[in-house]
Amino acid sequence: MNKKRTDFAQKLISAPYIVWSAIFIIVPLLMVAYYAFTDKSGAFTLDNISGLSRYAKTFGMSLLYAAEATVISLIIAYPLAYFMSNMKAGAQRMMSMLIMLPMWMNFLIRTYSWITILAKTGIINTLLSKIGIGPVQLINTPGAVVLGMVYNYLPYMVLPIYTVMVKIDKSLLEAADDLGSSPISRLRRVIFPMTVPGIISGITMVFVPSVSTFYISQKLGGGKTMLIGDVIEMQFQSSYNYNLGAAISLVLMVLILISLAVMNRFDDSEEGGILI
Amino acid sequence: MKHISRIYTALVMVFLYAPIAVMVVYSFNASRSTSVFGGFSLKWYAELLNDSSTIEALENTLVLAVLSSLVATVLGTLSAVGIFSMKKKWAKTAAMTVTNIPMMNPDIVTGISLMLLFVFVGQMVGSKNSLGFGTMLIAHITFNLPYVILSVLPKLRQTDHHLAEAAQDLGCTPFMAFFKVILPSIMPGVFSGLMMAFTLSLDDFVISYFTTGPDFQTLPIKIFSMTKRRVTPDMYALSTLIFLSVLLLLILSNVAQARSEKRREGAKA
Repeated sequence: MNKKRTDFAQKLISAPYIVWSAIFIIVPLLMVAYYAFTDKSGAFTLDNISGLSRYAKTFGMSLLYAAEATVISLIIAYPLAYFMSNMKAGAQRMMSMLIMLPMWMNFLIRTYSWITILAKTGIINTLLSKIGIGPVQLINTPGAVVLGMVYNYLPYMVLPIYTVMVKIDKSLLEAADDLGSSPISRLRRVIFPMTVPGIISGITMVFVPSVSTFYISQKLGGGKTMLIGDVIEMQFQSSYNYNLGAAISLVLMVLILISLAVMNRFDDSEEGGILI
Repeated sequence: MKHISRIYTALVMVFLYAPIAVMVVYSFNASRSTSVFGGFSLKWYAELLNDSSTIEALENTLVLAVLSSLVATVLGTLSAVGIFSMKKKWAKTAAMTVTNIPMMNPDIVTGISLMLLFVFVGQMVGSKNSLGFGTMLIAHITFNLPYVILSVLPKLRQTDHHLAEAAQDLGCTPFMAFFKVILPSIMPGVFSGLMMAFTLSLDDFVISYFTTGPDFQTLPIKIFSMTKRRVTPDMYALSTLIFLSVLLLLILSNVAQARSEKRREGAKA
Protein backbone atom coordinates (compact mmCIF):
# COMPACT_ATOMS: atom_id res chain seq x y z
CA MET A 1 0.00 0.00 0.00
CA ASN A 2 2.68 2.42 1.08
CA LYS A 3 4.90 1.42 -1.84
CA LYS A 4 2.15 2.05 -4.34
CA ARG A 5 1.51 5.46 -2.92
CA THR A 6 5.20 6.33 -3.18
CA ASP A 7 5.32 5.24 -6.80
CA PHE A 8 2.30 7.32 -7.59
CA ALA A 9 3.78 10.36 -5.83
CA GLN A 10 7.00 9.93 -7.78
CA LYS A 11 5.12 9.76 -11.05
CA LEU A 12 3.16 12.83 -10.13
CA ILE A 13 6.26 14.79 -9.25
CA SER A 14 7.70 14.80 -12.77
CA ALA A 15 4.35 15.43 -14.45
CA PRO A 16 4.64 19.26 -14.53
CA TYR A 17 8.02 19.04 -16.21
CA ILE A 18 6.86 16.47 -18.75
CA VAL A 19 3.96 18.73 -19.68
CA TRP A 20 6.23 21.79 -19.75
CA SER A 21 8.91 20.22 -21.92
CA ALA A 22 6.31 18.80 -24.29
CA ILE A 23 4.73 22.22 -24.81
CA PHE A 24 7.83 24.40 -24.79
CA ILE A 25 10.56 22.11 -26.16
CA ILE A 26 8.93 19.50 -28.42
CA VAL A 27 6.05 21.54 -29.85
CA PRO A 28 8.25 24.54 -30.80
CA LEU A 29 10.56 22.21 -32.75
CA LEU A 30 7.52 20.79 -34.52
CA MET A 31 6.49 24.37 -35.26
CA VAL A 32 9.85 24.97 -36.95
CA ALA A 33 9.25 21.93 -39.14
CA TYR A 34 5.65 23.04 -39.80
CA TYR A 35 6.69 26.54 -40.91
CA ALA A 36 9.57 25.13 -42.97
CA PHE A 37 7.21 23.00 -45.05
CA THR A 38 4.35 25.48 -45.50
CA ASP A 39 3.92 28.80 -47.28
CA LYS A 40 2.41 32.01 -45.92
CA SER A 41 -1.15 30.74 -46.35
CA GLY A 42 -0.34 27.52 -44.52
CA ALA A 43 -0.39 25.19 -47.55
CA PHE A 44 2.22 22.46 -47.88
CA THR A 45 5.24 23.40 -49.99
CA LEU A 46 8.83 22.34 -50.59
CA ASP A 47 9.83 25.75 -51.96
CA ASN A 48 11.46 26.89 -48.72
CA ILE A 49 13.71 23.87 -48.58
CA SER A 50 14.56 23.84 -52.28
CA GLY A 51 15.25 27.59 -52.17
CA LEU A 52 18.03 26.94 -49.69
CA SER A 53 20.55 26.19 -52.43
CA ARG A 54 20.92 29.98 -52.71
CA TYR A 55 22.40 29.92 -49.21
CA ALA A 56 24.81 27.04 -49.80
CA LYS A 57 27.76 29.44 -49.81
CA THR A 58 26.61 31.10 -46.60
CA PHE A 59 26.25 27.71 -44.93
CA GLY A 60 29.72 26.72 -46.13
CA MET A 61 31.25 29.95 -44.86
CA SER A 62 29.58 29.66 -41.46
CA LEU A 63 30.83 26.10 -41.07
CA LEU A 64 34.32 27.13 -42.17
CA TYR A 65 34.62 30.13 -39.82
CA ALA A 66 33.16 28.16 -36.90
CA ALA A 67 35.61 25.33 -37.60
CA GLU A 68 38.52 27.79 -37.74
CA ALA A 69 37.42 29.40 -34.47
CA THR A 70 37.08 25.97 -32.83
CA VAL A 71 40.54 24.81 -33.92
CA ILE A 72 42.19 28.08 -32.84
CA SER A 73 40.39 27.94 -29.47
CA LEU A 74 41.59 24.37 -28.97
CA ILE A 75 45.18 25.33 -29.82
CA ILE A 76 45.09 28.24 -27.35
CA ALA A 77 43.15 26.41 -24.64
CA TYR A 78 45.01 23.11 -24.44
CA PRO A 79 48.39 24.44 -23.26
CA LEU A 80 46.61 26.89 -20.95
CA ALA A 81 44.60 24.10 -19.34
CA TYR A 82 47.79 22.06 -19.01
CA PHE A 83 49.71 24.90 -17.34
CA MET A 84 46.75 25.62 -15.07
CA SER A 85 46.53 22.02 -13.91
CA ASN A 86 50.17 22.21 -12.78
CA MET A 87 49.69 25.32 -10.64
CA LYS A 88 49.22 25.44 -6.88
CA ALA A 89 45.64 24.96 -5.63
CA GLY A 90 45.13 28.64 -4.82
CA ALA A 91 46.47 29.77 -8.20
CA GLN A 92 44.23 27.22 -9.93
CA ARG A 93 41.12 28.60 -8.27
CA MET A 94 42.21 32.13 -9.09
CA MET A 95 42.82 31.22 -12.73
CA SER A 96 39.47 29.53 -13.25
CA MET A 97 37.84 32.59 -11.73
CA LEU A 98 39.76 34.87 -14.11
CA ILE A 99 38.70 32.76 -17.07
CA MET A 100 35.04 32.73 -16.05
CA LEU A 101 34.85 36.40 -15.16
CA PRO A 102 34.65 37.81 -18.73
CA MET A 103 31.70 35.50 -19.43
CA TRP A 104 29.69 37.40 -16.83
CA MET A 105 30.04 40.56 -18.84
CA ASN A 106 27.47 41.32 -21.44
CA PHE A 107 28.68 39.64 -24.59
CA LEU A 108 27.40 42.41 -26.86
CA ILE A 109 29.52 45.02 -25.08
CA ARG A 110 32.57 42.78 -25.02
CA THR A 111 32.26 42.21 -28.75
CA TYR A 112 31.65 45.88 -29.38
CA SER A 113 34.81 46.82 -27.48
CA TRP A 114 36.84 45.01 -30.11
CA ILE A 115 35.80 47.67 -32.61
CA THR A 116 37.70 50.23 -30.52
CA ILE A 117 40.76 47.98 -30.63
CA LEU A 118 40.62 46.99 -34.29
CA ALA A 119 39.22 50.09 -36.01
CA LYS A 120 41.18 52.14 -38.58
CA THR A 121 41.82 54.75 -35.91
CA GLY A 122 41.80 52.10 -33.21
CA ILE A 123 44.36 51.11 -30.63
CA ILE A 124 46.31 48.60 -32.73
CA ASN A 125 46.53 50.86 -35.76
CA THR A 126 47.58 53.83 -33.60
CA LEU A 127 50.39 51.74 -32.16
CA LEU A 128 51.37 50.48 -35.61
CA SER A 129 51.51 53.98 -37.07
CA LYS A 130 53.89 55.02 -34.27
CA ILE A 131 56.41 52.52 -35.61
CA GLY A 132 55.69 53.57 -39.15
CA ILE A 133 53.38 50.87 -40.42
CA GLY A 134 50.39 52.32 -42.22
CA PRO A 135 46.85 51.57 -41.13
CA VAL A 136 46.03 47.93 -41.64
CA GLN A 137 42.49 46.83 -42.39
CA LEU A 138 41.60 44.76 -39.33
CA ILE A 139 37.94 45.44 -38.69
CA ASN A 140 35.29 44.24 -41.14
CA THR A 141 37.35 41.27 -42.25
CA PRO A 142 36.67 37.54 -41.91
CA GLY A 143 39.66 37.42 -39.57
CA ALA A 144 37.95 39.83 -37.19
CA VAL A 145 34.84 37.63 -37.16
CA VAL A 146 36.86 34.52 -36.30
CA LEU A 147 38.71 36.53 -33.65
CA GLY A 148 35.37 37.55 -32.14
CA MET A 149 34.26 33.92 -32.00
CA VAL A 150 37.51 32.77 -30.39
CA TYR A 151 37.37 35.61 -27.90
CA ASN A 152 33.78 35.00 -26.85
CA TYR A 153 33.87 31.22 -26.60
CA LEU A 154 37.47 30.47 -25.52
CA PRO A 155 36.46 29.98 -21.84
CA TYR A 156 34.07 27.21 -22.94
CA MET A 157 37.07 25.39 -24.39
CA VAL A 158 39.46 25.98 -21.49
CA LEU A 159 37.20 24.97 -18.61
CA PRO A 160 36.12 21.45 -19.71
CA ILE A 161 39.68 20.53 -20.74
CA TYR A 162 41.04 21.89 -17.47
CA THR A 163 38.42 19.93 -15.51
CA VAL A 164 39.54 16.59 -16.96
CA MET A 165 43.20 17.59 -16.83
CA VAL A 166 43.26 18.18 -13.04
CA LYS A 167 41.67 14.78 -12.47
CA ILE A 168 44.59 12.96 -14.12
CA ASP A 169 46.44 10.92 -11.51
CA LYS A 170 49.94 12.41 -11.25
CA SER A 171 51.42 9.00 -10.47
CA LEU A 172 50.47 7.89 -13.99
CA LEU A 173 52.68 10.63 -15.39
CA GLU A 174 55.52 9.59 -13.09
CA ALA A 175 55.07 6.01 -14.21
CA ALA A 176 55.35 7.11 -17.85
CA ASP A 177 58.57 8.96 -16.98
CA ASP A 178 59.96 5.97 -15.12
CA LEU A 179 59.23 3.72 -18.05
CA GLY A 180 61.30 5.99 -20.24
CA SER A 181 58.77 7.95 -22.25
CA SER A 182 59.83 11.35 -23.56
CA PRO A 183 57.75 14.40 -22.60
CA ILE A 184 56.25 14.40 -26.12
CA SER A 185 55.21 10.78 -26.08
CA ARG A 186 53.94 11.18 -22.52
CA LEU A 187 51.70 13.98 -23.76
CA ARG A 188 50.59 12.02 -26.80
CA ARG A 189 50.06 8.62 -25.21
CA VAL A 190 49.08 9.38 -21.61
CA ILE A 191 47.71 12.89 -21.17
CA PHE A 192 45.96 13.38 -24.50
CA PRO A 193 43.81 10.21 -24.50
CA MET A 194 42.60 11.00 -21.00
CA THR A 195 41.54 14.53 -21.95
CA VAL A 196 39.49 13.51 -25.00
CA PRO A 197 36.10 13.87 -23.21
CA GLY A 198 37.02 17.42 -22.18
CA ILE A 199 38.18 18.26 -25.70
CA ILE A 200 34.95 16.96 -27.16
CA SER A 201 32.71 18.95 -24.87
CA GLY A 202 34.91 21.99 -25.47
CA ILE A 203 34.62 21.61 -29.24
CA THR A 204 30.84 21.31 -28.95
CA MET A 205 30.55 24.34 -26.73
CA VAL A 206 32.62 26.52 -29.08
CA PHE A 207 31.39 25.22 -32.42
CA VAL A 208 27.62 25.38 -31.83
CA PRO A 209 27.43 29.06 -30.78
CA SER A 210 30.05 30.05 -33.39
CA VAL A 211 28.24 28.46 -36.31
CA SER A 212 24.94 30.09 -35.35
CA THR A 213 26.13 33.55 -34.30
CA PHE A 214 24.77 36.71 -35.83
CA TYR A 215 25.95 39.54 -33.61
CA ILE A 216 29.68 38.93 -34.00
CA SER A 217 29.51 38.87 -37.78
CA GLN A 218 27.36 42.01 -37.87
CA LYS A 219 29.66 44.05 -35.67
CA LEU A 220 33.15 42.77 -36.52
CA GLY A 221 32.44 41.70 -40.09
CA GLY A 222 30.75 45.00 -40.85
CA GLY A 223 27.84 43.37 -42.67
CA LYS A 224 30.20 42.15 -45.38
CA THR A 225 30.42 38.69 -43.89
CA MET A 226 26.91 37.27 -43.87
CA LEU A 227 26.71 34.13 -41.79
CA ILE A 228 23.85 31.71 -41.50
CA GLY A 229 22.78 33.27 -38.20
CA ASP A 230 22.50 36.65 -39.92
CA VAL A 231 20.26 35.18 -42.60
CA ILE A 232 17.98 33.60 -39.99
CA GLU A 233 17.86 36.79 -37.93
CA MET A 234 16.93 38.78 -41.04
CA GLN A 235 14.00 36.51 -41.85
CA PHE A 236 12.54 36.93 -38.38
CA GLN A 237 13.37 40.54 -37.54
CA SER A 238 13.36 42.49 -40.77
CA SER A 239 12.05 40.70 -43.85
CA TYR A 240 9.44 38.68 -41.90
CA ASN A 241 9.68 35.54 -43.98
CA TYR A 242 9.15 33.09 -41.12
CA ASN A 243 8.79 30.13 -43.45
CA LEU A 244 12.18 30.59 -45.06
CA GLY A 245 13.76 31.36 -41.69
CA ALA A 246 12.29 28.17 -40.25
CA ALA A 247 13.63 26.15 -43.20
CA ILE A 248 17.16 27.52 -42.70
CA SER A 249 16.98 26.88 -38.96
CA LEU A 250 15.79 23.34 -39.56
CA VAL A 251 18.77 22.61 -41.83
CA LEU A 252 21.16 24.28 -39.38
CA MET A 253 19.76 22.18 -36.54
CA VAL A 254 20.09 18.96 -38.53
CA LEU A 255 23.67 19.84 -39.52
CA ILE A 256 24.60 20.47 -35.90
CA LEU A 257 22.90 17.31 -34.64
CA ILE A 258 24.79 15.27 -37.23
CA SER A 259 28.14 16.79 -36.27
CA LEU A 260 27.39 16.23 -32.57
CA ALA A 261 26.42 12.63 -33.24
CA VAL A 262 29.67 12.06 -35.14
CA MET A 263 31.65 13.66 -32.32
CA ASN A 264 29.93 11.65 -29.63
CA ARG A 265 31.05 8.44 -31.27
CA PHE A 266 34.59 9.38 -30.22
CA ASP A 267 33.47 9.90 -26.67
CA ASP A 268 32.59 6.81 -24.70
CA SER A 269 31.89 8.36 -21.33
CA GLU A 270 28.66 7.15 -19.75
CA GLU A 271 27.29 10.47 -18.51
CA GLY A 272 25.20 12.51 -20.89
CA GLY A 273 22.42 10.46 -22.32
CA ILE A 274 22.28 12.13 -25.68
CA LEU A 275 20.38 9.72 -27.82
CA ILE A 276 20.56 10.30 -31.53
CA MET B 1 59.16 25.55 -18.35
CA LYS B 2 57.97 27.69 -15.46
CA HIS B 3 58.66 30.84 -17.50
CA ILE B 4 56.89 29.57 -20.59
CA SER B 5 53.89 28.70 -18.47
CA ARG B 6 53.77 32.17 -16.89
CA ILE B 7 54.27 34.08 -20.13
CA TYR B 8 51.70 32.00 -21.97
CA THR B 9 49.09 32.38 -19.25
CA ALA B 10 49.72 36.12 -19.10
CA LEU B 11 49.29 36.45 -22.88
CA VAL B 12 45.94 34.65 -22.82
CA MET B 13 44.80 36.88 -19.95
CA VAL B 14 45.76 39.98 -21.96
CA PHE B 15 43.64 38.66 -24.81
CA LEU B 16 40.66 37.95 -22.53
CA TYR B 17 40.82 41.25 -20.68
CA ALA B 18 41.83 43.68 -23.44
CA PRO B 19 38.25 44.55 -24.48
CA ILE B 20 37.19 44.84 -20.85
CA ALA B 21 40.08 47.20 -20.13
CA VAL B 22 39.10 49.26 -23.18
CA MET B 23 35.54 49.42 -21.92
CA VAL B 24 36.55 50.54 -18.43
CA VAL B 25 38.97 53.19 -19.75
CA TYR B 26 36.52 54.64 -22.27
CA SER B 27 33.73 54.81 -19.71
CA PHE B 28 35.74 57.67 -18.17
CA ASN B 29 36.20 59.39 -21.53
CA ALA B 30 35.34 63.07 -21.61
CA SER B 31 34.51 63.00 -25.31
CA ARG B 32 31.59 61.21 -26.86
CA SER B 33 33.74 58.95 -28.99
CA THR B 34 34.43 55.31 -28.23
CA SER B 35 37.69 55.40 -30.17
CA VAL B 36 39.48 58.64 -29.22
CA PHE B 37 40.26 59.36 -25.60
CA GLY B 38 39.68 62.99 -24.68
CA GLY B 39 40.44 63.28 -20.99
CA PHE B 40 39.01 61.95 -17.76
CA SER B 41 35.39 62.55 -16.81
CA LEU B 42 32.60 60.99 -14.80
CA LYS B 43 29.82 62.48 -16.87
CA TRP B 44 28.74 59.18 -18.44
CA TYR B 45 28.11 57.74 -15.01
CA ALA B 46 25.98 60.75 -14.17
CA GLU B 47 24.14 60.45 -17.46
CA LEU B 48 23.54 56.77 -16.82
CA LEU B 49 21.85 57.43 -13.50
CA ASN B 50 19.59 60.02 -15.13
CA ASP B 51 18.59 57.76 -18.01
CA SER B 52 15.27 56.33 -16.87
CA SER B 53 14.96 53.85 -19.76
CA THR B 54 18.26 52.18 -18.86
CA ILE B 55 17.25 51.96 -15.20
CA GLU B 56 13.91 50.48 -16.25
CA ALA B 57 15.66 47.93 -18.47
CA LEU B 58 17.89 47.00 -15.54
CA GLU B 59 14.84 46.51 -13.31
CA ASN B 60 13.13 44.41 -15.99
CA THR B 61 16.24 42.25 -16.32
CA LEU B 62 16.40 41.63 -12.58
CA VAL B 63 12.67 40.87 -12.21
CA LEU B 64 12.82 38.44 -15.10
CA ALA B 65 15.97 36.75 -13.81
CA VAL B 66 14.61 36.34 -10.27
CA LEU B 67 11.21 35.02 -11.39
CA SER B 68 12.48 32.68 -14.09
CA SER B 69 15.28 31.24 -11.97
CA LEU B 70 12.96 30.62 -9.00
CA VAL B 71 10.29 28.88 -11.10
CA ALA B 72 12.93 26.90 -12.98
CA THR B 73 14.55 25.82 -9.71
CA VAL B 74 11.31 24.55 -8.15
CA LEU B 75 10.15 22.85 -11.34
CA GLY B 76 13.63 21.55 -12.17
CA THR B 77 14.26 20.10 -8.70
CA LEU B 78 10.94 18.27 -8.72
CA SER B 79 11.57 16.92 -12.20
CA ALA B 80 15.10 15.82 -11.30
CA VAL B 81 13.61 13.80 -8.44
CA GLY B 82 10.97 12.47 -10.82
CA ILE B 83 13.46 11.56 -13.54
CA PHE B 84 15.80 9.99 -11.01
CA SER B 85 13.10 7.70 -9.66
CA MET B 86 11.85 6.60 -13.08
CA LYS B 87 11.96 2.82 -13.20
CA LYS B 88 11.81 2.25 -16.93
CA LYS B 89 15.11 2.85 -18.68
CA TRP B 90 13.55 4.11 -21.91
CA ALA B 91 11.52 6.70 -20.03
CA LYS B 92 14.65 7.95 -18.30
CA THR B 93 16.60 8.14 -21.56
CA ALA B 94 13.73 9.93 -23.28
CA ALA B 95 13.43 12.46 -20.46
CA MET B 96 17.18 13.13 -20.48
CA THR B 97 17.24 13.49 -24.26
CA VAL B 98 14.47 16.08 -24.15
CA THR B 99 16.26 17.86 -21.31
CA ASN B 100 19.41 18.03 -23.42
CA ILE B 101 17.69 19.55 -26.45
CA PRO B 102 17.78 23.21 -25.33
CA MET B 103 21.43 22.81 -24.31
CA MET B 104 22.47 21.24 -27.59
CA ASN B 105 20.44 23.43 -29.90
CA PRO B 106 21.94 26.77 -30.88
CA ASP B 107 20.27 29.62 -28.98
CA ILE B 108 18.98 31.12 -32.19
CA VAL B 109 17.02 27.93 -32.98
CA THR B 110 15.59 27.73 -29.46
CA GLY B 111 14.65 31.40 -29.75
CA ILE B 112 12.91 31.20 -33.10
CA SER B 113 11.18 27.90 -32.27
CA LEU B 114 9.58 29.48 -29.20
CA MET B 115 8.79 32.63 -31.16
CA LEU B 116 6.99 30.59 -33.82
CA LEU B 117 4.93 28.85 -31.13
CA PHE B 118 3.98 32.15 -29.49
CA VAL B 119 3.15 33.82 -32.79
CA PHE B 120 1.14 30.79 -33.93
CA VAL B 121 -0.87 30.61 -30.71
CA GLY B 122 -1.25 34.39 -30.77
CA GLN B 123 -2.73 34.26 -34.24
CA MET B 124 -5.13 31.52 -33.20
CA VAL B 125 -6.35 33.52 -30.25
CA GLY B 126 -6.47 36.57 -32.49
CA SER B 127 -4.19 38.80 -30.44
CA LYS B 128 -1.98 41.00 -32.53
CA ASN B 129 0.93 41.37 -30.20
CA SER B 130 1.53 38.13 -28.38
CA LEU B 131 5.19 38.73 -27.54
CA GLY B 132 6.17 40.44 -24.31
CA PHE B 133 6.98 39.82 -20.66
CA GLY B 134 4.95 36.60 -20.41
CA THR B 135 6.49 34.93 -23.45
CA MET B 136 9.95 35.97 -22.36
CA LEU B 137 9.38 34.54 -18.89
CA ILE B 138 8.29 31.21 -20.41
CA ALA B 139 11.36 31.21 -22.68
CA HIS B 140 13.74 31.92 -19.80
CA ILE B 141 12.21 29.22 -17.60
CA THR B 142 12.54 26.79 -20.50
CA PHE B 143 16.23 27.39 -21.14
CA ASN B 144 17.00 27.47 -17.41
CA LEU B 145 15.35 24.14 -16.60
CA PRO B 146 18.02 21.79 -18.05
CA TYR B 147 20.77 23.50 -16.05
CA VAL B 148 18.84 23.07 -12.80
CA ILE B 149 18.02 19.44 -13.56
CA LEU B 150 21.61 18.63 -14.50
CA SER B 151 22.99 20.19 -11.33
CA VAL B 152 20.47 18.44 -9.03
CA LEU B 153 20.73 14.94 -10.58
CA PRO B 154 24.34 14.23 -9.49
CA LYS B 155 23.43 15.15 -5.89
CA LEU B 156 20.49 12.74 -6.01
CA ARG B 157 22.84 9.98 -7.12
CA GLN B 158 25.03 10.64 -4.10
CA THR B 159 22.10 10.59 -1.66
CA ASP B 160 21.47 7.41 0.29
CA HIS B 161 17.94 6.42 -0.61
CA HIS B 162 17.58 4.05 2.29
CA LEU B 163 17.33 7.14 4.44
CA ALA B 164 14.11 8.22 2.76
CA GLU B 165 12.74 4.71 3.08
CA ALA B 166 13.73 4.65 6.74
CA ALA B 167 11.95 7.96 7.27
CA GLN B 168 8.81 6.51 5.73
CA ASP B 169 9.05 3.35 7.83
CA LEU B 170 9.21 5.59 10.87
CA GLY B 171 5.93 7.20 9.85
CA CYS B 172 6.80 10.02 7.47
CA THR B 173 4.57 10.55 4.48
CA PRO B 174 6.49 10.50 1.17
CA PHE B 175 5.91 14.24 1.09
CA MET B 176 7.48 14.77 4.51
CA ALA B 177 10.31 12.37 3.68
CA PHE B 178 11.13 14.49 0.66
CA PHE B 179 11.30 17.73 2.63
CA LYS B 180 13.04 16.32 5.70
CA VAL B 181 15.51 13.89 4.13
CA ILE B 182 15.98 14.26 0.38
CA LEU B 183 15.81 18.02 0.01
CA PRO B 184 18.46 18.88 2.63
CA SER B 185 20.92 16.46 1.06
CA ILE B 186 20.48 17.79 -2.48
CA MET B 187 20.42 21.45 -1.39
CA PRO B 188 23.92 22.32 -2.71
CA GLY B 189 22.87 21.12 -6.17
CA VAL B 190 19.61 23.04 -5.98
CA PHE B 191 21.46 26.17 -4.97
CA SER B 192 24.08 25.97 -7.71
CA GLY B 193 21.27 25.32 -10.21
CA LEU B 194 19.50 28.44 -8.98
CA MET B 195 22.65 30.53 -9.31
CA MET B 196 23.35 29.23 -12.78
CA ALA B 197 19.77 29.86 -13.91
CA PHE B 198 19.89 33.37 -12.48
CA THR B 199 23.10 34.34 -14.27
CA LEU B 200 22.05 32.72 -17.54
CA SER B 201 18.81 34.63 -17.48
CA LEU B 202 20.58 37.88 -16.59
CA ASP B 203 22.94 37.57 -19.53
CA ASP B 204 20.73 36.05 -22.20
CA PHE B 205 20.39 38.02 -25.37
CA VAL B 206 19.66 35.71 -28.30
CA ILE B 207 16.60 33.89 -26.97
CA SER B 208 15.21 37.07 -25.40
CA TYR B 209 15.67 38.92 -28.67
CA PHE B 210 13.30 36.58 -30.48
CA THR B 211 10.71 36.16 -27.73
CA THR B 212 10.19 39.71 -26.52
CA GLY B 213 7.90 42.38 -27.86
CA PRO B 214 8.29 46.14 -28.18
CA ASP B 215 6.85 46.80 -24.71
CA PHE B 216 9.35 44.88 -22.65
CA GLN B 217 13.07 45.57 -22.84
CA THR B 218 15.81 43.92 -20.84
CA LEU B 219 19.32 45.27 -20.60
CA PRO B 220 20.86 43.02 -23.28
CA ILE B 221 18.05 43.94 -25.67
CA LYS B 222 18.56 47.61 -24.93
CA ILE B 223 22.31 47.30 -25.45
CA PHE B 224 21.66 45.57 -28.75
CA SER B 225 19.42 48.35 -30.03
CA MET B 226 21.99 50.89 -28.90
CA THR B 227 24.89 49.15 -30.61
CA LYS B 228 22.87 49.16 -33.83
CA ARG B 229 23.56 52.86 -33.93
CA ARG B 230 26.68 54.16 -32.21
CA VAL B 231 27.45 53.13 -28.69
CA THR B 232 27.73 56.03 -26.31
CA PRO B 233 30.13 55.67 -23.37
CA ASP B 234 27.23 55.42 -20.89
CA MET B 235 26.82 51.79 -21.97
CA TYR B 236 30.50 51.32 -21.15
CA ALA B 237 29.86 52.97 -17.79
CA LEU B 238 26.99 50.58 -17.11
CA SER B 239 29.08 47.56 -18.11
CA THR B 240 31.92 48.75 -15.91
CA LEU B 241 29.56 48.93 -12.96
CA ILE B 242 28.22 45.44 -13.70
CA PHE B 243 31.76 44.13 -14.08
CA LEU B 244 32.82 45.61 -10.74
CA SER B 245 29.80 44.16 -8.90
CA VAL B 246 30.43 40.71 -10.37
CA LEU B 247 34.09 40.96 -9.43
CA LEU B 248 33.16 41.94 -5.89
CA LEU B 249 30.68 39.05 -5.59
CA LEU B 250 33.22 36.55 -6.85
CA ILE B 251 35.92 37.77 -4.49
CA LEU B 252 33.53 37.64 -1.54
CA SER B 253 32.34 34.12 -2.36
CA ASN B 254 35.94 32.99 -2.86
CA VAL B 255 37.01 34.41 0.47
CA ALA B 256 34.03 32.75 2.16
CA GLN B 257 34.90 29.44 0.50
CA ALA B 258 38.57 29.63 1.44
CA ARG B 259 37.58 30.44 5.04
CA SER B 260 35.17 27.53 5.35
CA GLU B 261 37.81 25.21 3.90
CA LYS B 262 40.32 26.44 6.44
CA ARG B 263 37.82 25.95 9.25
CA ARG B 264 37.14 22.40 8.10
CA GLU B 265 40.85 21.67 8.03
CA GLY B 266 41.18 23.20 11.48
CA ALA B 267 38.36 20.98 12.76
CA LYS B 268 40.09 17.91 11.36
CA ALA B 269 43.34 18.79 13.07
